[in-house]
Amino acid sequence: MNLKELYQEIILDHGKNPRNLRKTDNFNKDAKGYNPLCGDKVHVYLKLNESKKVEDISFEGQGCAISMASASIMTDLVRGKEEREVKEIVNDFLEMIKEKDKLNNKILEDDEKTKLMCLSGVKNYPMRVKCATLSWHTLTSAINNSQAEINSEND
Amino acid sequence: MNIDNIKKEFPIFNNKVHNNDLVYLDSANSSQKPLVVVDRIYDFYTKEFSNVGRSVHYLAVAATNLYENTRNSVQKYINAKDRNEIVFTKGATEAINLVANTFGQKYLKEGDEVLLTELEHHSNYVPWHYLRKSKGVKIEFADVNDNGEVTIESIEKKITPKTKIIAVTHLSNVTGAILPIKEITQLAHSKNIPVLVDGCQGAPHLRLDMQDLDCDFYAISCHKMYGPTGLGILYAKKKWLEELPPYQGGGGMIGEVKKDSITYGDLPNKYEAGTMQTAQVIAFDESIKFLSKIGIDNIMKHENELINYANEILRKNNSVKVIGNPRKKGGVISFTIDGIHPHDIATILDEDGVAIRAGHHCCQILHDKLGLPATARASLGVYNTKDDIDQLNSSINKCKKIFE
Repeated sequence: MNLKELYQEIILDHGKNPRNLRKTDNFNKDAKGYNPLCGDKVHVYLKLNESKKVEDISFEGQGCAISMASASIMTDLVRGKEEREVKEIVNDFLEMIKEKDKLNNKILEDDEKTKLMCLSGVKNYPMRVKCATLSWHTLTSAINNSQAEINSEND
Repeated sequence: MNIDNIKKEFPIFNNKVHNNDLVYLDSANSSQKPLVVVDRIYDFYTKEFSNVGRSVHYLAVAATNLYENTRNSVQKYINAKDRNEIVFTKGATEAINLVANTFGQKYLKEGDEVLLTELEHHSNYVPWHYLRKSKGVKIEFADVNDNGEVTIESIEKKITPKTKIIAVTHLSNVTGAILPIKEITQLAHSKNIPVLVDGCQGAPHLRLDMQDLDCDFYAISCHKMYGPTGLGILYAKKKWLEELPPYQGGGGMIGEVKKDSITYGDLPNKYEAGTMQTAQVIAFDESIKFLSKIGIDNIMKHENELINYANEILRKNNSVKVIGNPRKKGGVISFTIDGIHPHDIATILDEDGVAIRAGHHCCQILHDKLGLPATARASLGVYNTKDDIDQLNSSINKCKKIFE
């Protein structure tokens, strides 16, 4: 257990000043996520252009430093990516948080991966993993146009 | 028994949490167990185990006597008129479900009102919600005021000719407010309305006198009373247990079973279907002995001193906001810290061995009213000390440093 690993500078920064915390104008995909245990809520908005590239992504919600930082970093990293690339990044992130030591996707730059790996400290805090993954599951739901609200207890 | 040394009775405090002494401030969630209770479970299973109430062999008779002896102890501890007014359940949740289900089935119809308060735990709301779905019963909530308390006036305001039952908490698990139960029952009874009390937080920390409170139903959670998990108690006035239909069907609760008809057993068997939590019931007798030995007045005095101390210390701490300020308050204090989410607080405190709860504490109605998705909560047990409160405060300061 190491609090410094969990609450790294970058997490605290994104937690306090989340990027893209707003609602995208003319979004064409969105989904809501909810963690009933702690009350964390997130609503992810996506605007994909004709070539299925993420023209804009944003989120609204409230939650702990981990969940806000995770959503903030996520939205920063997937902007400009193609839909299938977004899916790959999401899967890679979720696998990393669950079991892998590193990110394996070939889409993100090294410095972007380093930024994302800052969230890996949560692995030592099993009760907090859902805080980090809620917005990612919600992004998947938005992409898949699923109307079902993501519930962290139904993972 | 000296209350200052009470921690020694609880083996869990011999263990370290993240290399720190355990500062357990989550007793409103569940209390720790004194060794006598743990030992009793072990002894029962290793030396005395049998099912109760069925066989005539030596072990069965002895186990039945032990089981029924706890009923006597509970009756005495809560000053119930009759031992048959004590029903063992799997928890306070089941106790409330039992009443909502059977009372609803027999007495409630579309348009009838159930009056709750905005302080209620989900376990004293959701069971009534089922009746809203199945029967069209209406649910009303008495308002909580800015102090985090529900007054007799706010209850009175919501009583209408359609109010058929009032179900209220004895002690709020978020603000710590102690409700004026006796006044509520007097008011309700003057209008012929029965009262159910959710005693989960009241029972471990307050003097219990069913005949004085005069409530119709009182639900108890044994694991919050230094007892085993999986056990609760429903106190109900005898006339209700006689009038209401049975809840679960099964062995042990029947009179005579024929292909075309069934009669039900006498009290309290009517409400104790199937094999009960034998070991837990028998061990719970030790919890009652433990509480009685210290004396509820000493417990109340100790916890009152501590919660006043916590209140004082936390209110002095800049950027800590204490939720509510009830005039009559039990050992629960909920708070927020500017700019730090309660879950982050709980994780950081945990590193110091300080166990608190973060979230909505199963009280979403109240948190919606407060406009807060979550709060952090420290709650006391008989084993807590001023040192625990000081450690809480210094760990809170550590949170602030991390999030500076």
